[in-house]
Amino acid sequence: MNAPLLVTKRMTEYPGDSHTIDRYEATGGYVQAKRAITMTRDDLVEEVKASGLLGRGGAAFSAGLKWSFLAPARPSYLIVNADESEPGTFKDRQLLERDPHQMIEGIIITAIANEVRQAFIYIRGEYAKPARRVQAAVDEAYGRGYLGHGIFGSNQDLDLTIHLGAGAYICGEETALINSLEGLRGEPRLKPPYFPAAIGLYMKPTIVNNVETISNLPHILEMGATAYAGLTDSADTGTFLMSLSGHVNKPGNYELPHGITWRDLIYETGGGIREGKDLKAWIPGGASAPWFIPEKHLDLEITKDATAAAGSMLGSGAVIVMDEGTCMIRAAERIVRFFSHESCGQCTPCREGTTWMEMTLRRIEQGQGRDVDLALLIDVSDGISIGLAWPPKMTTICPLGPSAVSPIIALRDFFREEVEEHVTGGGCPFG
Amino acid sequence: MSIWSEETQERARAIVARYPQRRSAVMPLLYLAMVEEGHLSGSGMEEVARWCEITPAQVLAVASFYTMFKRERTGRYLISCCTSISCMLLGGDGVLEAVEDAAGVPQGETDEDGLVSVEHVECIGACGGAPAVQVNYELIEGVTPEKARELVGWLKAARPEVVNTDEMQQLFGGERSFEWAIAEEVGAVGPYPALQALGTIGSEAGA
Repeated sequence: MNAPLLVTKRMTEYPGDSHTIDRYEATGGYVQAKRAITMTRDDLVEEVKASGLLGRGGAAFSAGLKWSFLAPARPSYLIVNADESEPGTFKDRQLLERDPHQMIEGIIITAIANEVRQAFIYIRGEYAKPARRVQAAVDEAYGRGYLGHGIFGSNQDLDLTIHLGAGAYICGEETALINSLEGLRGEPRLKPPYFPAAIGLYMKPTIVNNVETISNLPHILEMGATAYAGLTDSADTGTFLMSLSGHVNKPGNYELPHGITWRDLIYETGGGIREGKDLKAWIPGGASAPWFIPEKHLDLEITKDATAAAGSMLGSGAVIVMDEGTCMIRAAERIVRFFSHESCGQCTPCREGTTWMEMTLRRIEQGQGRDVDLALLIDVSDGISIGLAWPPKMTTICPLGPSAVSPIIALRDFFREEVEEHVTGGGCPFG
Repeated sequence: MSIWSEETQERARAIVARYPQRRSAVMPLLYLAMVEEGHLSGSGMEEVARWCEITPAQVLAVASFYTMFKRERTGRYLISCCTSISCMLLGGDGVLEAVEDAAGVPQGETDEDGLVSVEHVECIGACGGAPAVQVNYELIEGVTPEKARELVGWLKAARPEVVNTDEMQQLFGGERSFEWAIAEEVGAVGPYPALQALGTIGSEAGA
């Protein structure tokens, strides 16, 4: 666990003023943005590709590859996805509040690489304080000529606009985000044809990158792609911000190298389970991810491939830990309720299915469950995500509906007896 | 003729100018409309439609999509209690019950004085400091049912002009997702997010 801190280094060393432009510049800030101006699009895309940087919003797609898909039409746009809303995830909030200039420098680098003149930061509406911090940083950057007309005295222009969301999780999905920013309902678009890199904002080529992804860019340019890729022994490069929450002694955001195990994360980094209790299950990558259990998964490496091979994903890096006293039905109900509430309603399997799943889980939890209810949950889930496989075979436009199926996979595979106990006992054994 | 004050119209012009297309301004303008009237009225949405050069039905389609655009009368203090998974695991349901009890209204409703509205919300990104509550989108982490009651009592008695996240965290909060150190003198003046560009921000000094 000895990889250096990158995106959380400044805020760790200078907690009092890591958010200010003076501290940022005094610690090497904006040097890479200036250097990027002298580089070509091809150089920058190749550098980021070589770094192995994967998108940190949940999909874990190669950031450099995403850039390389940008269609030639202009203008092109950049949208930074700061609509962090996946239950369990609070890493971007820390980056936005504590080191906004790091993100702005990443935005400048991305804009140069993708010939962007107008960028947006889409921040979820509930993040008022982070939005204020970012606004102050954007104003500082304009004040020094790092944004606006002729940035850093060059002939490049770049405007950066903050756009506040209004409480819809689905707008974190990139095509829904684009609709929202266009002033439409935040409903996802069908891919194909609406791949943002070809047909994005205002039907123009658009790059959508997550806050953490963007915040890594100054470090990649500073240390070079090879050194960045060499930070870990694992196939996944660089560091990874994990949001740890639930029944651990030390919840919080931790910047870690890829390749440690879940045991390391939960028992060392997280300080173990509260009150010395036993671990029952954890969600490895935000509410959308299928659950893990200690009997099978504790010594797996935390990498994209190892997690996928075990039937789940690292997603947004949110780890939600549940102790032995946690009712799995109640936990499942709470997660399914989330997706039911956040379903945009376009696709029937998701809109109707999540509602039925929520009602069925609540019925089981409240002691009115029937013998057939687990089969019913699996059947409804199958209608949203065929075969309940992971990654899902989708019947919907976006992955929101299939995400709601993840807790049902856990009930089916690991906690079948607990469902039966609720049904036969006529109520929740956990009280 | 606009129904908005000259100051609000000035803000609206600046907001529209920030976007390549007028229609993109619909969300920030909906926030402006809430600032003018405390919530979104039919005439407020018609005004937004005129600014964006779209129909009132198109504005309603957007407004009704998002939970933060309040189309019904909302209290001066909107208390949002997170009961998503991480907050639920650490007692968020109990915090919501305490808030409902102290406010005297169930979640989804506003008290008779128009002072306090209560709602349960899905994840607000404070899972490391669960359970979390927001007042007018200003965050308090590590809240207990007892502290939640005190918070409601304080809002009703002190009726602060501006709610400040650091002050509330100090008075009613516990462990946070991460250490801040960045104290602010500003905060929210109504049930909408506090941001300079939207004119929804208030300074404590001026209160």
